[in-house]
Amino acid sequence: MNKQRKTNLIFWLFLAPVLFTFIMVIVIPFFMGIFYSFTNWSSSARADSTLQFVGLANFKNSFQDPSFIYSFIITSLYTVLNVLFINAVALILALVVTSRLKLKNIYRVGFFIPNLIGGLVLGYIWQFIFNNAIPALGNIIPVLDFLSNPDNLVLSKVGSSVTALVIVGTWQYAGYIMMIYVAAIEGVPESLFEAATIDGANEFQKFKNITVPMVAQAFTITMFLTLVQSFKQFDVNVSLTAGGPSAIFRGTPLFGTELLSLNIYNTAFVKNMLAEGQARAVVFFVVLVVISVIQVSINKKKEVEL
Amino acid sequence: MTENKSRLVVLEAVTAIVFLLFLFPFFILVINSAKDAFSITQYPMAMPEKWSLIFQNMKKIWTSENIRYPSSFMTSTTVTVLSLIVINTFSSQAAWVLVRNNSRISKIIFLVFVAAMVIPFQIVMFPLLSWYRKIYVVTGIKLLRTQGGLILSYLGFGLSLSIFMFHGFIKSIPYELEEAATIDGCRKDQVFYRIIFPLLTPIHATVMILNGIWIWNDYLLPLLILGKGNKVQTIPLAVANFAGAYVKQWDLILTAILMAIIPIIVFFLFAQKYIIKGMVAGSIKS
Repeated sequence: MNKQRKTNLIFWLFLAPVLFTFIMVIVIPFFMGIFYSFTNWSSSARADSTLQFVGLANFKNSFQDPSFIYSFIITSLYTVLNVLFINAVALILALVVTSRLKLKNIYRVGFFIPNLIGGLVLGYIWQFIFNNAIPALGNIIPVLDFLSNPDNLVLSKVGSSVTALVIVGTWQYAGYIMMIYVAAIEGVPESLFEAATIDGANEFQKFKNITVPMVAQAFTITMFLTLVQSFKQFDVNVSLTAGGPSAIFRGTPLFGTELLSLNIYNTAFVKNMLAEGQARAVVFFVVLVVISVIQVSINKKKEVEL
Repeated sequence: MTENKSRLVVLEAVTAIVFLLFLFPFFILVINSAKDAFSITQYPMAMPEKWSLIFQNMKKIWTSENIRYPSSFMTSTTVTVLSLIVINTFSSQAAWVLVRNNSRISKIIFLVFVAAMVIPFQIVMFPLLSWYRKIYVVTGIKLLRTQGGLILSYLGFGLSLSIFMFHGFIKSIPYELEEAATIDGCRKDQVFYRIIFPLLTPIHATVMILNGIWIWNDYLLPLLILGKGNKVQTIPLAVANFAGAYVKQWDLILTAILMAIIPIIVFFLFAQKYIIKGMVAGSIKS
């Protein structure tokens, strides 16, 4: 009995710091956030004394605001493109750096490096490249002189700005995803390939029938990682385009490349509609939960098949 | 055979070109950090005339009243190191009692931590600020605009994944080891700090690298907790403030970025193998 109590004491003592912090930083703000999304919460000093329940008004207003709908569409587009490009590039790079190239270890490190540097800083470097370096290329190489025309600046149009976001996203993240594929490919037993070679399989057959199925499990991980990472993108968005250039959607002028995270931030701090920004964050959370649930159920199915 | 070999040579050449293109942004960054404002905008693709200009630009950033590089560097370092210490200490001991205690409450607590990984920062960020403000009003403890508040927040947002990773690792340590120590008269808390803690070194390294890179580069959390125009700022905040204030002064912005990147690259080159391994292991487990 005495011993049991002692074990319990250690149990709670060792858990106390994380439980306390978890409740302080996650649990309380999380429930406050859900509560506030149904109120007229504002950033004014007397917000608490005038706090009123407004039902679903914040959600209704959000879905009636063209900038939120537009942001949802552009974020989905960005996410799909980003996931496709990152994974395609990462898989190709992974195949290359697991082949018999002499410098493969240097390539691995080099492709990985952009991932170590924050999106904010990377975004500024690329802003300089798109706004200054590429037009200068047009001045140097006569065939490319259309690049130096100010009308052709990459970040001056919505379509090419989204492309720019995808380029930077792929550049930043492909090396990381590549390493996950590399780990999966190197985990395939050599004996499988040897047996296939003896049976007379060519390189493509080996890739299709051994590498792809063996790496399939890694796909669920990389898809999920890139999906969530793209959907939450904020840093590169702020530093590369800051939401610009402007666009017109349903007759309303708005930011052409404002992804959801930035839209939530701007709603709360620039437009000063804290409660509505919070309601959008709740919607954002629900979408992420749905994505995660789908991911987990796909994973479970795969495990059964294996 | 010769056909195979020549194909390999072609692949090597193509990869080398792709590799150089991939790192080209860094090249652009370095050459333009060694130019003045005029030649940057006129000839961004040209090699610099005087490489020594890079040191003059760096000195300007180092002494700039706006970016305050030395103090930003100190803040980033302090926040990152202290956050890693608290995250690793508290998460590993929590994971250990959660693994070794088979009660239902222990399982529920672990599940809650795992489930919390889905919660995006965006849904907690606004209420977190108002909550910290309330704490200040009631208790006088300042969590906003201070390093302490930032470190507490990093522990909060980092602990779920960290506990999860420690949990997986500790499960693989045989329990007999602890039984033997208990028989030899070791107290329960001593078992952890003397026997288990040293065995966790590889997973400590992984958790530190994962969290370290995240915390060092993070922008949104410091922006909200420390705020704009605060004396206390991290490097990403400093770069953002600086780039906002000097919209077209690319000579200074690029040098500031170069100086923000150098510490990570140096660190990476020293611990390259562990970093890549750690980050891949972390992703697969999450």
